[in-house]
Amino acid sequence: MALIEFSDKGLYCRQGGFYIDPWKPVDRAVITHAHSDHARWGSKYYLCHHFTKPILQLRLGDNVYETVDWNQPVLMNGVKVSLHPAGHIIGAAQIRVEYEGEVWVASGDYKTEDDGISGTFEPVRCNTFITESTFGLPIYKWKKQVEIFSDIKKWVAQNIEDKKTSVLIAYSLGKAQRVLMPLSEMGLPVFVHGAVWNVHQALVNSGWKLPAVQRVQPDTPKESLAGNIVIAPPSADGSPWMKKFYPYSVGVCSGWMQVRGNARRRNTDAGFALSDHADWDGLLQAVKATGAERVFATHGFQSAFSRYLNEQGIEAGEVKTEYGGEEEVAVAEDINENIAGDAEPFKAPAL
Amino acid sequence: MKQFAALVNILGTSTKTNDKLHALQDYFATAPDKDKTWVIAIFSGRRPKRIINSTILQNWCMEVAGISQWLFDECYHTVGDLAETIALLLPDQEAPTGFTAEQSLAHYLETFIRIEKEEEQVKKQFITESWQQMDRNEKFVFNKLITGGFRIGVSQTMMVNALAKTVDTSPSVIAHRISGNWDPAATSFDSLLSESGDTTDFSKPYPFYLAYAIEEDLKNLDAAESWQAEWKWDGIRGQLIRRNNDFFVWSRGEELMTEKFPEYNEFKEQLPDGTVIDGEIISLAVPAEKGVFRPLPFAALQTRIRRKNITKKQLTEAPVGFIAYDLLEYLGEDIRYKPMVERRHLLEKIIAGIDHPAIHISPLIEFSSWDQLGELRKFSRDIGSEGIMLKRKNSPYQVGRKRGDWWKWKIDPLTIDAVMIYAQKGHGRRSNLYTDYTFAVKDGDKLVSFTKAYSGLTDKEFAQVDAFVKRNSIEKFGPVRTVKPELVFEIAFEGIAASNRHKSGVALRFPRMSKWRHDKKPDEINTLDDLKELLKIYNQNGNNGDTV
Repeated sequence: MALIEFSDKGLYCRQGGFYIDPWKPVDRAVITHAHSDHARWGSKYYLCHHFTKPILQLRLGDNVYETVDWNQPVLMNGVKVSLHPAGHIIGAAQIRVEYEGEVWVASGDYKTEDDGISGTFEPVRCNTFITESTFGLPIYKWKKQVEIFSDIKKWVAQNIEDKKTSVLIAYSLGKAQRVLMPLSEMGLPVFVHGAVWNVHQALVNSGWKLPAVQRVQPDTPKESLAGNIVIAPPSADGSPWMKKFYPYSVGVCSGWMQVRGNARRRNTDAGFALSDHADWDGLLQAVKATGAERVFATHGFQSAFSRYLNEQGIEAGEVKTEYGGEEEVAVAEDINENIAGDAEPFKAPAL
Repeated sequence: MKQFAALVNILGTSTKTNDKLHALQDYFATAPDKDKTWVIAIFSGRRPKRIINSTILQNWCMEVAGISQWLFDECYHTVGDLAETIALLLPDQEAPTGFTAEQSLAHYLETFIRIEKEEEQVKKQFITESWQQMDRNEKFVFNKLITGGFRIGVSQTMMVNALAKTVDTSPSVIAHRISGNWDPAATSFDSLLSESGDTTDFSKPYPFYLAYAIEEDLKNLDAAESWQAEWKWDGIRGQLIRRNNDFFVWSRGEELMTEKFPEYNEFKEQLPDGTVIDGEIISLAVPAEKGVFRPLPFAALQTRIRRKNITKKQLTEAPVGFIAYDLLEYLGEDIRYKPMVERRHLLEKIIAGIDHPAIHISPLIEFSSWDQLGELRKFSRDIGSEGIMLKRKNSPYQVGRKRGDWWKWKIDPLTIDAVMIYAQKGHGRRSNLYTDYTFAVKDGDKLVSFTKAYSGLTDKEFAQVDAFVKRNSIEKFGPVRTVKPELVFEIAFEGIAASNRHKSGVALRFPRMSKWRHDKKPDEINTLDDLKELLKIYNQNGNNGDTV
């Protein structure tokens, strides 16, 4: 019997009696991170890293949460479960599951470059590695964060010269906090959309030191926004909410911006291929570092990535999960942002 | 090259025409002279010949990047652009070890010309070494220059406008000066754009005057008697040029096609020197006689224009004629400023003086009211025409696509309801989205594919179909997904011809999705018999010898 099964509710550990990132309500859920395609409503018990809890509370309301620190094992019916940094967003974890000497690791979403706030990805030795593959094609090779940040700053500087407001599109959880670092160095006030504000406040309240931002309110005077910086989630892009910032330039921060056609389709003024997912080299490096005999690739280009691994002599298979289906992650996260963009408290979507 | 790559980047990503125009103006104001001339050449379809085919280029990329064919294919289908795929797959430029001066755009293009006839190894060395010197953006542009099809969101009109601003001359003058036969490697920016430059090139065509489709009610135009009506023919717009005892044929795409149509050589001597005629290059059935002709489907002409060398068989099966619309130069004088009726009068005189069955004057349609013209328009398809052209009798011959004086009034397309059965990812801004579909009609309880279509849906509808394909694909054949036959579309098209290249036995002209039939189920679509019936009606009318 496999230690982790791929069930219609999510990754299931029968022996331990728990699911990892289930997409349907279950009794016991172990959560890799707080993005809403991984952390869903309705389960009776959630285990997560203590950085993740405040955001789960924001998004899922009050529930039974148990939190742990990195590498602090929890026993569930004899199965040893521990969380290890995934470097994806604040609190994002890989889940290590051990029973009778056999070790499986479910990666959740991860990136191998240290972005300065999400923790450093920790390679965990295991027998079987379940890896994401959102950007599992060799066309996806990211520039270093510092270079992308410098591109973003140049773009903002150009906008200032053109007397335009810089509207940066970034997911409200993760990317928004990440781009805040270089933007806060520009010496301009940074305004944020309500969805970004909510996450920002939840993090600040739980002790994170983040640069100051101002929330865009209905009564925020247009003049105070002009020529400044605004961070907004994808759902706000092209919506009437943006009218307030006119004249503005829109820059989208997403790994999908690596390909010109995607940027053109979004009708965006600037695309920055800044991702919280591992690129091709990052995925390969992570897989090799686990020393796993067997790999399952999920959400993304799982078929190409697993075929490539097999050619490299690493036994690999593909697994369909509901963390986005094929290449739909961008869309899925957009939808999540729509939900998160509503005023708090968070209301559960019908499942 | 960096400057050009930056220009292409702005042109390809900017969403505002004004930004693009400014970027071009900046470029023309600051770039090196030789590069500017090359930019004009590239954006007006005068690239150097391809030095290598795209398969070989792919192979070099795979070799350098160390990846296999299937993985390259996966990447290509996701990116939807070969030049970009290669640029993304190649290793990033290493920090320059020695001093290498940045090369100009002209350097690369002129090297292409220089090594065109060299061994493959020479080309490989040049290309792979160039890659090493370039950042990703430059590699993309460089690959684009090699693979051709430089479609990056800049029209020739836009470039002409930018040039006009830069050198402070009217756009129509610029459009004329950069037309025709000139060698980018040997022409300086100043001589190309100055007045003295254009006297020597006898082949130079005039910029074509193009019409928009009329959308409003014809009754909103002024009185019917101020307008001239002609049939609209479905061939290739072209200019016949007779100057300095030489003869040239230009297509609207500014391609010199003189050699492709030997038929024209038979009457060129009869054209007076200093004549430029605008008209339609079109396949006509023989025997045609003076004033009487019968157009063949566009597919016939296609067999002629694709070939480098024309065989005797093609000459008999798809003979090509010319239908004259307008006279732009008469006895060496540019008469585009004269009113349409005057130009027409002179044109009639010239065509009347030619005794050859391949050249015809475009017949005028007699009408006294818009209603009457509307009735006549219903016969368009019967005589092999695609509708009516309206030209104001006092209109000059303008430059480019303009509203007001000329309108096209096309007939409604033919339509058929069909179900989508295959889908493939698109290119360019549709990269990584399933937007290229194959459709089928019913044949008993089987489905028979009969056409592909890529256009006609909104971005939102494409996104919905894309989501459907991803959830309902049955099998994967390379880039193609077979899809559950569920979505029904109305396919509109301009013509239908018999074809043995397709399983269904028909080939459509300009197929596109005109409606998403949410109201129809797959078993309510049209049948192969319906399609054959259309083929019969459409081609029978032609075969009846209905003539003009």
